[in-house]
Amino acid sequence: MASIAPRGRVLRVASGVLGAAAVPSLASALPFWLRLPENVATFGSKIDGLFYLILWITGSIFVLVEALLLFFLFRYRHREGRRAHYTHGSNRLEVIWTIVPAVICVILALLSRRSWAEIKQNMPRGAMHVEVIGEQFSWNIRYPGPDGKLGTPDDLVTLNQLHFPVGRPLVVELHSKDVIHSFFLPEFRVKQDAVPGMTTRIWLEATRVGHWEIACAELCGLGHFRMKGFVTVETPEEFERWLAEQAKENAS
Amino acid sequence: MSSIAVVRELPPGVHPEPTSFWRKYIFSLDHKVIGKQYLFYALFMLVIGGLLATLVRWQLAWPGRPIAFMGKLAPEGMPNGQMLPEFYNSLFTMHATIMIFFAIMPILIGAFGNFVVPLQIGARDMAFPTLNMFSFWTAVPGAVLILWSFFVTGGAAQSGWTSYAPLSAVQPKGQTLWLLALLVLGISSLLTAVNFITTVLNLRAPGLTFFRLPLTVWALFVTAVLLLLALPVLSGAMIMLLFDRVLGTTFFLPKGLIISGQPLTNAGGGQALLWQHLFWFFGHPEVYIMILPAMGITSEILPVFSRKPIFGYRAMAYSILGIAGLGWIVWGHHMFQSGMNPILGTTFMISTMVIAVPSAIKVFNWLGTLWGGTIHFTTPMLNAIGFVSMFVIGGLSGIFMASTPVDIYIHDTYFIVGHIHYVLFGGSLFGAFAGLYFWYPKMFGRKMSERWGRVHFAITFITFNCVFFPMHFLGMRGMQRRIYDYSQYAHLKGLQPMNQFMTISLFVLGVGQVILVLNFFLSMRRGQPAGDNPWRSNTLEWQTSSPPPHENFHDIPTVYRGPYEYSAPERGADDHWPQNEPPSGRPVTAHG
Ligand SMILES: [Cu+2]
Ligand SMILES: [Cu+2]
Repeated sequence: MASIAPRGRVLRVASGVLGAAAVPSLASALPFWLRLPENVATFGSKIDGLFYLILWITGSIFVLVEALLLFFLFRYRHREGRRAHYTHGSNRLEVIWTIVPAVICVILALLSRRSWAEIKQNMPRGAMHVEVIGEQFSWNIRYPGPDGKLGTPDDLVTLNQLHFPVGRPLVVELHSKDVIHSFFLPEFRVKQDAVPGMTTRIWLEATRVGHWEIACAELCGLGHFRMKGFVTVETPEEFERWLAEQAKENAS
Repeated sequence: MSSIAVVRELPPGVHPEPTSFWRKYIFSLDHKVIGKQYLFYALFMLVIGGLLATLVRWQLAWPGRPIAFMGKLAPEGMPNGQMLPEFYNSLFTMHATIMIFFAIMPILIGAFGNFVVPLQIGARDMAFPTLNMFSFWTAVPGAVLILWSFFVTGGAAQSGWTSYAPLSAVQPKGQTLWLLALLVLGISSLLTAVNFITTVLNLRAPGLTFFRLPLTVWALFVTAVLLLLALPVLSGAMIMLLFDRVLGTTFFLPKGLIISGQPLTNAGGGQALLWQHLFWFFGHPEVYIMILPAMGITSEILPVFSRKPIFGYRAMAYSILGIAGLGWIVWGHHMFQSGMNPILGTTFMISTMVIAVPSAIKVFNWLGTLWGGTIHFTTPMLNAIGFVSMFVIGGLSGIFMASTPVDIYIHDTYFIVGHIHYVLFGGSLFGAFAGLYFWYPKMFGRKMSERWGRVHFAITFITFNCVFFPMHFLGMRGMQRRIYDYSQYAHLKGLQPMNQFMTISLFVLGVGQVILVLNFFLSMRRGQPAGDNPWRSNTLEWQTSSPPPHENFHDIPTVYRGPYEYSAPERGADDHWPQNEPPSGRPVTAHG
């Protein structure tokens, strides 16, 4: 053991210096990395709230378990003359650490169920409907024409440009021409696969006007990484103007 | 006991060890040799899978920056060293496929399962030695096929290890080889599963009841049952996909598909989601197939080096059964955003939340085992502790994606990639390292270097966390997985420095594994002779010589007690109590 002592000291000093440098930079970076990006969907705060709730719960369990582990490793390290405590366990403890995690998990499931039903199960009334058709590697977006109905000859189609007004829910009906894609709007906390041969639905409502991006989140081939679209949320008047412009362009 | 020169008198009914090189080392029927064959096989594939991962991470750290020598090595996928997106897709597909099917499963089940199970249950070999040899030699062509697929036109499979249809139905030829390789390997695994189940049911030594079995045997037995029930579902799905690709069937091809502008004439009537249901019905139990053996190994090692009985033996056994049972009704948690009915999503969320409980029970019992022990920080123990501390992270991060609304955001992002690597590297691989350091003396008669083992553990443990923990952060920023160039997206632009940090950490991690490889090979000749029972362990494999004779035990041992009777008060100064030692006096099985 004596022969490795100097090396041990070097190691300790080195790790100390590294640690001293790493800890403050980590601590200053953590508030950024532990936050989700800006949310602009009306239901997004529910998803974020659940995320942070789970982060708090699992984070506390993590700290508790690892601290206990480290404490035990230190406290019960082998020393001459001490004998291990001979025990086969404790039924009472088994019951406690079965029931407590079970209760936490069931509560989390019940809390999640409500938001899930609101976001994915029930589509809101009075929403604007658009159809989004994924294909390798772009998003075709179809708007109802002047008749206000989808699937009629006066529909408008744009490539990769999704516009919708603020303050009114939007229902997106998803299709795919070829393989599975996934319609992902990170800032809206929206993700839904577009599956060939099926219609899938998702709704969202923006809390403010702005520009964002559509990403494809399901591997769909060699161009998967560049299957990008653009979202523009605008005031109802701006949206109507844009739609009329598109109609004019389509007609000419 | 270890005198070699004397001609041993063989017990009745035991065949002598073959003397020809081919029957002794290549086409051996001996479970110990087959176990070592799987070990070399798995370690080789582990290196390949790791190299593929470094290429993936290179592209993520420096998108588009060429690697000169790769231009010569893979001129089609990386012309002038610059990676093409389809080659990138092949890389992560093959990394995952090779790691899961050709590295982790063979090392945990093939290597440790084969080597340890007959010894721990006091048997002379597996129930079907010839079938066992056939299993290994079926796994070899599987590996040849999967490696060969890199060299066919269009390159290796590129639709992810999950190979979602219809994409996988319309990919180049490499996908067909991928299917054939896994179908061949599936036969091997299925036969191994049958062999394990029969062996544990029928060949246990007298007195070795189920509740006296080492937890490694429990874990591997249940793993074999999962394999037996899950693999046929995957094989069936893969045969259907193969038919879709080569025979013109349309199991997974709905009507009206238009692929690159061309209508797919044979499409119609199929269901794209059917593949996902079949795949994940296999795929979720598969995760437990890869983690249960590592849990078993950890449960084996913690008592030995805490010199203390495992805390809650029965709870540990029952939680293995609980995981195995619940594992069949949670597959839909991979499909929350797939278009599956959202009401089904809720049921799968509840079952998934419940399956966290048996894993929690295991973690608490491992802590309970350490509590009050006298802990020896040997290399097997360090890796087992590494397993516990990292599996906690992998288990807890799973709760995020179990919650259906949270999963909307993190599904198919790096959060998932982080989670799975904490389970499969932090879990399965640290378990495999622990098992390797633990049973190496029994396998080769010598110990691996403790000092270099410690260095290897320290480097691996630190760099592993530097590579994989930030993945959760990337996922939280919304970075999709399987994406060749994230700099395309506004929300991912600032993530390059973090990705570079992860990639550089991976390089250090990779270099650290050279220490393991050297330690592994050099210790075979130069390691300290181990003796029969270097860890003063109770289970039966340590009550015979190292390495064990061809027939394992001269006389089949009789078992008198459970496997983890350490520091029993009635033993006085002796803190171990071999399973086969009669209640008073010397073990009756030793020969010499
Ligand atoms: Cu896509
Ligand atoms: Cu799963």
